[in-house]
Amino acid sequence: MAERPEDLNLPNAVITRIIKEALPDGVNVSKEARRAISQAASVFVLYATSCANNFAMKAKRKTLNAGDVMAAMEEMEFERFLQPLREALQAYKTGQKGKKEATEQKRKDKEKKADLEENDKSQEEDEEEEHMEEEQEGENEEEEVEN
Amino acid sequence: MSGTNVGEKVDGSNTMNNKNISLPMSRVKLIMKSSPDVSSINQDALFLTTKATELFVQHLAQCSFKRGSGKEKNTLSYSDLANAAEETDTFQFLTDILPKKILARDYLRSLEERGEDGDA
Repeated sequence: MAERPEDLNLPNAVITRIIKEALPDGVNVSKEARRAISQAASVFVLYATSCANNFAMKAKRKTLNAGDVMAAMEEMEFERFLQPLREALQAYKTGQKGKKEATEQKRKDKEKKADLEENDKSQEEDEEEEHMEEEQEGENEEEEVEN
Repeated sequence: MSGTNVGEKVDGSNTMNNKNISLPMSRVKLIMKSSPDVSSINQDALFLTTKATELFVQHLAQCSFKRGSGKEKNTLSYSDLANAAEETDTFQFLTDILPKKILARDYLRSLEERGEDGDA
């Protein structure tokens, strides 16, 4: 692998914020410690991914799913994360569902509007076609008679 | 006519409130994809990994601070982290990237000692 874990970093500002919120007020964190935690977090992602991927492969799946990640947490002995993760996932899915429904609703409203407009148009077209057909039939009759 | 008003502003930054995470999922995805043999990642799995990483950062910071000498100095230092990595089972996977530091002269001395044993 050409990439070293250190090359795939997480944004420092966010990492710093999470650290500060986890520690008591007024605690300082050295720059070195911050950088080290950031690197540790990247390694954590890699380790968790690799672990989750093993579960997916065992189940002959090519796509990592939520269950694989949860199983990885257990394997890595981070059972303490399982409950908060389950709750967070629930909230996330509800939020996603809400967004999806909102988008779906917008799309349906759009289609409805488009349909209404088309109906008006197609009514006019139908009337035009009827006129045209009558004219043609008239012409045909004339021809037959001539022959 | 929509039934429920979700009540959120639709702008680029609203995702944080909705998902309760701060780390960017796109960056986490980049890291995940650098892992060999990983083909694709379902959205829920990506979310969980991102959230777990945040929990991990909190956990590492807290554990290191609690057991470290930082309690007196009110500072979390690198050596607190290195000690936590070595002494805590669940942080064993970090020992390579969080090595304990020793003074250069101590290291050189230990090299010399090893060298002497080898020669003898």
